[in-house]
Amino acid sequence: MLGRTAGGLFWMFRYLERAENTARLIDAGHRIALTRASAAEDEWRSIAATAGVLDAFIAMHGEMSGSGVTDYLLAEPSNPSSVYASIKAARDNARLVRTALTREVWEAMNEAYLLLKDALAEPTLRSDLPETLSLVRHLAAQVRGAFYGTMLRNDIYSFCQAGAMIERADNTARILDVKYYVLLPSPALVGSRADNVQWDMILRAVSAQRSYRWLNGDVSSFGIAEFLIFDCRMPRSLAFCYDDLVTNLRRLENEYAIPAPSTALAVEADRQFNTETMEAVFSEGLHEFLVRFIAENGALASAIENDYRFYE
Amino acid sequence: MAVSARSFDEMLGQRDAAAAPSAPTPPYEEYSRWFDAVDQALLEQKAADCERFFRRTGITFNVYGQTEAAERLIPFDIIPRIIAASEWRRLTRGIEQRVRAINAFIYDIYHRQEILRAGRIPKRLIAANDAFLPTMIGVDPPGGVYTHIVGVDIVRTGPDDFYVLEDNARTPSGVSYVLENRETMLQMFPELFARVRVREVGDYPVNLRRSLSACAPASAHHRAVVAVLTPGIFNSAYFEHAFLADQMGAELVEGSDLRVADGRVAMRTTQGFKPIDVLYRRVDDDYLDPLSFRPESTLGVPGVMDIYRAGGITIANAPGAGIADDKAIYSYMPEIVEFYTGEKAILKNVPTWRCAEPDALAYVLDNLAELVVKEVHGSGGYGMLVGPTSSAAEIEDFAQKLKTRPDNYIAQPTLALSTVPIFTKSGLAPRHVDLRPFVLVSPDRIDITPGGLTRVAMKEGSLVVNSSQGGGTKDTWVLEE
Repeated sequence: MLGRTAGGLFWMFRYLERAENTARLIDAGHRIALTRASAAEDEWRSIAATAGVLDAFIAMHGEMSGSGVTDYLLAEPSNPSSVYASIKAARDNARLVRTALTREVWEAMNEAYLLLKDALAEPTLRSDLPETLSLVRHLAAQVRGAFYGTMLRNDIYSFCQAGAMIERADNTARILDVKYYVLLPSPALVGSRADNVQWDMILRAVSAQRSYRWLNGDVSSFGIAEFLIFDCRMPRSLAFCYDDLVTNLRRLENEYAIPAPSTALAVEADRQFNTETMEAVFSEGLHEFLVRFIAENGALASAIENDYRFYE
Repeated sequence: MAVSARSFDEMLGQRDAAAAPSAPTPPYEEYSRWFDAVDQALLEQKAADCERFFRRTGITFNVYGQTEAAERLIPFDIIPRIIAASEWRRLTRGIEQRVRAINAFIYDIYHRQEILRAGRIPKRLIAANDAFLPTMIGVDPPGGVYTHIVGVDIVRTGPDDFYVLEDNARTPSGVSYVLENRETMLQMFPELFARVRVREVGDYPVNLRRSLSACAPASAHHRAVVAVLTPGIFNSAYFEHAFLADQMGAELVEGSDLRVADGRVAMRTTQGFKPIDVLYRRVDDDYLDPLSFRPESTLGVPGVMDIYRAGGITIANAPGAGIADDKAIYSYMPEIVEFYTGEKAILKNVPTWRCAEPDALAYVLDNLAELVVKEVHGSGGYGMLVGPTSSAAEIEDFAQKLKTRPDNYIAQPTLALSTVPIFTKSGLAPRHVDLRPFVLVSPDRIDITPGGLTRVAMKEGSLVVNSSQGGGTKDTWVLEE
């Protein structure tokens, strides 16, 4: 496979994942705005921070507003994390690697872009927002469904999956980092109204509010952090993402029969999720742990790019 | 416009404005029986389905000079263009003869130039021609093939009158539409194909791969490594490049993926550099090698021409093959066919005035209102004048250009191109068409895909069928014997 093709696949799935994550973040903010009007502005601020666009948003709009952030995250072409820009970038990459995709995957990706381009052409009305966000999730699921259902389990598959997992781990870590202070063990605040809102926002942003309750029962800061970092059953947890990354990077190594430094990096990072505990994370400092993880995750992405010659 | 009224319609026959609708021509008999019985509302529905189908599959083309918003669909019409088996037999004989002559001509031009020595073609036409590449002199392409893929543009003016409008010996495009149009028709009207026996076109990619592999250099792998070189996703024909690579099981590469190493051209793969045997390039000669041609080109591969000349790679079509499809050379095609095959050309040329010749120029200037004038090196329907549909001011304007650079133009009579009906909400409406059959040349055989690309001018009376000018396409059926 061409190195450029591998890079195109990796980025197609990163962007697809990003589009969906951004839609989930907007959804979380929207819920809070509907039910807790007083906390709304702070929530939109932290949502913009989670998406990594807070400074760019302030520079463009001056002040914080729910509809402003929503539009910026949904449809702003100059915002590389907006749903529109991510879907467009995913589809541009899909065109680039058209020969590596099955017809089903390409058509699902192309259709996702065409439908969202139309749906996002006008500023989304508040009343249409839930429908628009559900359309994003629905279309991303169609691409993924076609991908799982029709693609050979070879190097093409592994590059796609690696891209999706790198992006997803980054996203989960960012959500946790923006909210790390509400997860710190602090007996005084536990059970307060404010905390429940914050925890709800975190779980919603990763589509985990039901699964968390189902698996863990009681909502607690410790439990939520552990769930999103260490629980392998949770498909957006850091541990799950790295488990999958290691599987796919090992497949690449086996298929190509060349040892790759990136695999060693991923294996090393994955080990901490199997051996360490939440207590150790809290003693390192949750924020420090997440900052380190985000940097290492980025370094792993660069190592994959190098090992498989994505660029000249 | 007057032209339509006296045009031959391939479905309805010679039409006379005063006469009542006539019976369908023989190739359309069975189709017409089906068409007359089918519900018109259903056809309208199917026509809309086709558009959705094309958009979803991403069969779009980019328009030069416009932004990303201009990713457009080529209009597709659901009425097929049908060619009888006997008509096709005659056409293929003529096409094959012509393509053999073109290859022999290019070989000759880059070797002994017998045809110039014999005085059958003026020397200046070659020497002063941008399409002539001195770097190709004395080079023997692997398998002796220069034009691996040829598109011969054919128009029809009557039941037995076919003319070659031009030869495309560089990188003819459009074959992906041939395949996708058929795929669409099979999906939309499966019952029709049970009634009318139509020759298959779907084996084109397999034939293309076999044909290219057969021209691989001696140094090639046992299973030749074939790559399609595209200028990238913003090129107007990117869809086709990706489509053909996909269908052939070849890599789709860009210039930045390639480099010269150890006497081979190699592509950067996830496992290091891997040599390529056959490069089906969809970039122009000028951009192929910045060391040999345009130094600023980033679309090609520095040094690829050295490897080519040393026999380390096959480039399809061969650099310099464009010398055969220049519009000034075109006017000599009857001589070229006769010179190399010893036979009269089976397919007629359109009578052509070479404006470089003073007598011809004078005639053309006097008769601009009736003629079609084209740039010698133009393509895509740009920079041409269609006299009968132009205003007096446009004609005057063009006359000035002609006088300034007469050798840049040729002129032809405005042909009464045949029509085939298109489907409209108010019924069938005749529109002018042309035909581009695709020809594959390998050392031991010539394959012609039955039919080819039918382009149709969607506007009433218009003679310009180019997609860049709003033309559409039809599925082309060659009936089984």
